[in-house]
Amino acid sequence: MKQEVLRDVERVVLKLDVNGERTELLLPVHKTLLEVLREDMQLTGTKHGCELGECGTCTVLVDGRPELSCLVLPIQVEGHAITTVEGMADGAVLHPLQQAFAELGAAQCGYCTPGILLSAKSLLETTPRPSRDEIREALAGNLCRCTGYSKILDAVELAAGRMT
Amino acid sequence: MTSDGKFGVIGKPLQKVDAVAKVTGRAIYADDMLLPRTLHCRILRSPHPHARILSIDTSAARRIPGVQAVITGADLPIKFGILPVTQDERALEHEKVRYVGDPIAAVAAIDEEIAAAACDAISVEYEVLEPVMSIDEALAAPKDERIQDYGGPHNIHKLVALEFGDVEAGFAQADHVREDVFFFQGNTHLPMEQHSAIATYVDGRITLWSSTQVVHYVHRALSKVLELPMSRIRVIGAAHGGGFGGKTDPFAHEIIVCKLAMLTGRPVKCTLTREEVFYAHRGRHPVLMWVRTGVTRDGLITAMHFRTALDGGAYGSYGVASTFYTGALQTVTYDIPAYRFEGCRVFTNKPPCGPKRGHGTPQPRFALELHLEKIAHDLGIDPVDLKRRNFVMPHTRTVNWMRVTSCGLEECTERVMTASGYAHRDKRPGHGMGFAISSYLSGAGTAIYWNDMPHSEVQIKVDRGGVTAYCGAMDIGQGSDSVLATIVAEELGLQPADVRLVTADTDTTPIDLGSYSSRVTFMAGNAAIEAARKMRGMLIEAVAAKMKCDAAAVEVAGGRIGDFSFQEASVLAEGRFGTLISAGSYTPPKLAGPYKGSGVGPSPAYSYSACVVDLEADARTGLVKVNRIWIAHDVGRAINPLLVEGQVEGSVYMGLGEALMEEQAFRKGLHKWPSMLEYKSPTFLDMPEVETFIVETVDPEGPYGAKEAGQGPLLPVPPAVCSAVYDALGVWIDEVPVTPEKIVEALRRRAKGEPARFGPARFPSIPYPTAIKVEPPPREMDRAATSSI
Amino acid sequence: MLRLPRFKYLRPKNAREAARMAADLGPRAMFVAGGTDLFPKLKRRQFDVETLIALDFLPRDIHNGSSECVVGAGVTLASAASNEHLVKSFTGYAQAAGLVSSPPLRNAGTVGGNLCVDTRCNYYDMTYEWRKAAGFCMKKDGDICLVAPSSPRCWAVSSSDTAPMAIALDGVVGLTGPDGERELPVSVLYRDDGMDYMAKQASEVVTSLTLSAGRDMRTAYVKLRRRGSIDFPIAGAAVALQLDGDEVVRCRIVLSAVASHPLEATAAEDFLKGKRVDAETIRETADIAAKPAKPLDNADLSHFWRKRMVHVVVEQALLQAATRTPGSTVKLLGQYPE
Ligand SMILES: Cc1cc2nc3c(=O)[nH]c(=O)nc-3n(C[C@H](O)[C@H](O)[C@H](O)COP(=O)(O)OP(=O)(O)OC[C@H]3O[C@@H](n4cnc5c(N)ncnc54)[C@H](O)[C@@H]3O)c2cc1C
Ligand code: SF4
Ligand code: FES
Ligand code: FES
Repeated sequence: MKQEVLRDVERVVLKLDVNGERTELLLPVHKTLLEVLREDMQLTGTKHGCELGECGTCTVLVDGRPELSCLVLPIQVEGHAITTVEGMADGAVLHPLQQAFAELGAAQCGYCTPGILLSAKSLLETTPRPSRDEIREALAGNLCRCTGYSKILDAVELAAGRMT
Repeated sequence: MTSDGKFGVIGKPLQKVDAVAKVTGRAIYADDMLLPRTLHCRILRSPHPHARILSIDTSAARRIPGVQAVITGADLPIKFGILPVTQDERALEHEKVRYVGDPIAAVAAIDEEIAAAACDAISVEYEVLEPVMSIDEALAAPKDERIQDYGGPHNIHKLVALEFGDVEAGFAQADHVREDVFFFQGNTHLPMEQHSAIATYVDGRITLWSSTQVVHYVHRALSKVLELPMSRIRVIGAAHGGGFGGKTDPFAHEIIVCKLAMLTGRPVKCTLTREEVFYAHRGRHPVLMWVRTGVTRDGLITAMHFRTALDGGAYGSYGVASTFYTGALQTVTYDIPAYRFEGCRVFTNKPPCGPKRGHGTPQPRFALELHLEKIAHDLGIDPVDLKRRNFVMPHTRTVNWMRVTSCGLEECTERVMTASGYAHRDKRPGHGMGFAISSYLSGAGTAIYWNDMPHSEVQIKVDRGGVTAYCGAMDIGQGSDSVLATIVAEELGLQPADVRLVTADTDTTPIDLGSYSSRVTFMAGNAAIEAARKMRGMLIEAVAAKMKCDAAAVEVAGGRIGDFSFQEASVLAEGRFGTLISAGSYTPPKLAGPYKGSGVGPSPAYSYSACVVDLEADARTGLVKVNRIWIAHDVGRAINPLLVEGQVEGSVYMGLGEALMEEQAFRKGLHKWPSMLEYKSPTFLDMPEVETFIVETVDPEGPYGAKEAGQGPLLPVPPAVCSAVYDALGVWIDEVPVTPEKIVEALRRRAKGEPARFGPARFPSIPYPTAIKVEPPPREMDRAATSSI
Repeated sequence: MLRLPRFKYLRPKNAREAARMAADLGPRAMFVAGGTDLFPKLKRRQFDVETLIALDFLPRDIHNGSSECVVGAGVTLASAASNEHLVKSFTGYAQAAGLVSSPPLRNAGTVGGNLCVDTRCNYYDMTYEWRKAAGFCMKKDGDICLVAPSSPRCWAVSSSDTAPMAIALDGVVGLTGPDGERELPVSVLYRDDGMDYMAKQASEVVTSLTLSAGRDMRTAYVKLRRRGSIDFPIAGAAVALQLDGDEVVRCRIVLSAVASHPLEATAAEDFLKGKRVDAETIRETADIAAKPAKPLDNADLSHFWRKRMVHVVVEQALLQAATRTPGSTVKLLGQYPE
């Protein structure tokens, strides 16, 4: 471990498409998407709970599908559409999922919320009226320690109902 | 409230005031902050569970380019600790380490990678000592030396022994006496947010943003260790990513970033890794318990003797209080006429235990509920029936002087019994239902350090039609900010969204003792009512003068005060009184009984819960699948039912995790699995449907009658799970977590003709002192007293 | 925040180029596909590498021939799990892919990566600091085994969910090395060694997985883990059966997470062949299958219990497979041992 900081940092220029905005950045190639979003792009809505792929907190969408940003390199997703929680609302109008989560108290501490919202968004795009079990399956990679999941399930159902 | 007694906003399922910030990713948590020129801090931690530090050499670390400062214990020698009696921690230890993960040195560097490499470059010479890893080892003479130099004998930290009423006589009256031993394994809070703190030092003043539950305690510890007056330190609670009790102590990293900021003149941030969060811990104590109870033929309790042994980990933390808590609340659910409690906390070479949701009470609740159920089986009485016969009555005082006011035990029980169909359950093998109850405090009646200040204060400012409420309380996700806003809005006839909040900032908000012990709604809520009523009084007076009517005729509701809009009224009042500010505070009544240790347990009100768990347990594999959980909770009054349900469901979730899988386990002196993958927290697929019932008993002292909701509902879940496993398979699992291997082992024992149980075989011999005998209070003492409130 | 070590990142255009780079750089370089196994391990400093060789050129399509199916190594586990053809004709494989970890992880993790996933041990899959405190073991930085200190070898556990199923389905991987291409049955892709667990050359790239023996095979994968999601298997059984009436004409039973390689229960296969599937036979077969499994105390829950559970997962997989109509579509939802 001692030696590794003496190695050179390889940097790459990448064009990232985040929430529909294309940004060109010079980045150390070994920096994860999670770090780049939070530290280089000030998109701190994406949270982290383990950085090892074990909790789902850092979930973002890549071409509409949830992926763990702590296990993705920006260079792997150049040219793909990345969506973070900051990209969910339509201007000042909340996404129906955000609206439902707010109304039903599905976000307590709110730390797991961005990841769960994005997983749910992806689900509703492929399965507009999911059953409660389908919601559970789709969100099974996202841990929440506050809510016991009940209100989250209710909120996804509410949003799905409103969207169809 | 309107003149006809109808609430405007209380009791409505309104959206939380911070909901939009949280669903849009706009809420700023401590780790989201990055101030210009921020340095990053990493902490070097002990690789040994128990060792003396012979030398620390930081020279190689200092030479790494990008390293700005390296500090060791010599830079922060002053000890601190949450309780005045156990000031036993150092931000960095330079004499001795007591668990794997104990902080030794810290580095501030231009990035985290360099800081981590610099930590690795620090060489520390140790004299390794024999670790003490269990309660039994801690009770024996240490092989090398004691972990702490106080307490004793051996590695005992604290011993307590109290006796209320004539216990021997009680046992003599009993027709049946039973003894059982139980074990509740330790577990941790596992907030999704890893602890984080960022400090600046500008012009002789420290500002710290931290993911703490109690800005006030961090403030105090910083002042002590950094030797700065509190007026030169500002602690701000950042948006909070979950606490559950785990962020209630002042922590090393909070002190370290301040010190590093002072040394470097730059902002310094430290965010713990998940593994470090497991070392910060302060989680549930592993507790071994022995209980002996005498009952009459009808199942009425005549006496109880309860012994506990807590595995405290390496430091004091809240441990003295935790120890008392393991004996305090048995009596607030069951009427126990004579009660002896003996408690013991030991030091071991593990991360320190402390307060986790239910602080010290889920363990004895687990033992008590199962023990009573076993007694019921002995007597051939239905367990639910036996428990019901012993329920405490509202407005009574328990044998250990706890004052019970409102009590919805019976109603909670009725609700879950009816909804679950428990009495007519399907009795096929492998299917079981279990029942348990519990109670918890609505805030501790006594502060953790002696002081004359109120426990909570709220200030309100009104100007140009805007209302701002100031309070030191920290919203940790439970919604305390929303409760404050709701109460102020109720009194001023507004909506919660009309109230601006300034909370958890030691520079700008008055004191509040923080978000733990389920105290915020009750205490800050009462303080807010007082402040808001004063403000309301001024507004009404100004409006009445203008309307030339009696103040009593001025209606406050729907954004109007009498004939005026709130804004017009506020201008009138400002004209009449000058700057409009009001303040309120809350100090709980003096409730402690006449004995040493009586400060732990009394609360201005107790919440009550009842729970039924329905599950399938497979005899061959031992696997358990929970089908459904019914929970009823007496919250006094639901200020916002959505928030109450959220707290209840979250508690059930955590209780279920503790019952089935969560476990802080150690191997070879190390935490066995300090990760989110191996420390098992239930996923969406492991959580059954939960049916929640809110019971409102309208407590005489709670704000609008409200009591706590965030902790109590966790407690009945583990015993209800074990009770259901017994119902399904006929074996007792007398310890949590109930892993499949334990069930299989219990079944194997039964098949061999041994007792059909899995659990601790014995309770160790502990040198408890002679119990202090305490006269119980006169049984009727509080009926008069509470009815006069 | 745990961060990756510094590395160089190479992006070869094809497998041959990737293999050449790997051959040139030797152990200082590693391939990366989805990165879901590699990145956590790099963050925990379980490998010292200076260079990563990206495999983003790998094919991401599934070709469906008459009796076989060619799955590109770059196909994600999520696509494999939901691919109509795989679900229908190679049900057990789709099932196994759909049971890997969690939904977001399956959107990145690949079929090739899952076949090459590192062996696991809870003394090894720990951070650098933890391992330093515990004392390094021979798989990384040390020289003894902490699970079995007197043993000269490493017992880390093969934890791939799909490899056993690939073996049961006569899977063959396409390999591209610096000098050429070859095919290798998945059944000989692994070695019984926790450290050097792959029998292919380190520089060879897995480019495809060809499953055959589908169609009239009834297949099922049953995975045991503590939670319904996220967790690795702590025991698993992949079963492929071909029935004539109710007589077994062909069968494969391969276990996951009970040894350093996917463990084929050959004795049980021999026993079952020619028998009629009924509850009694299934029980006996499962008994025989469980015998060679020797879990050690280096994964979740006790190894005694895991050993006992091998029998159960085999039995359940046999039952599931036997009652499944070949080619029928099954709903893959919430499958973990009842
Ligand atoms: C929390 C968590 C839970 C997990 N749970 C499971 C589980 O339940 N079951 C399971 O099976 N796995 C699990 N995994 C491991 C892993 O995510 C999966 O096995 C995944 O399929 C790996 O694929 P990948 O493409 O991400 O591999 P990578 O991480 O990219 O690579 C893994 C290894 O294979 C090598 N490699 C990758 N592709 C090729 C190729 N085409 N040719 C040659 N070598 C190659 C790499 O060099 C590396 O050594 C889990 C991981 C995490 C972090
Ligand atoms: S089995 Fe032994 S050598 Fe292999 S990883 Fe585990 S401890 Fe290390
Ligand atoms: S931070 Fe936990 S999965 Fe990425
Ligand atoms: S709301 Fe706190 S972790 Fe989910």
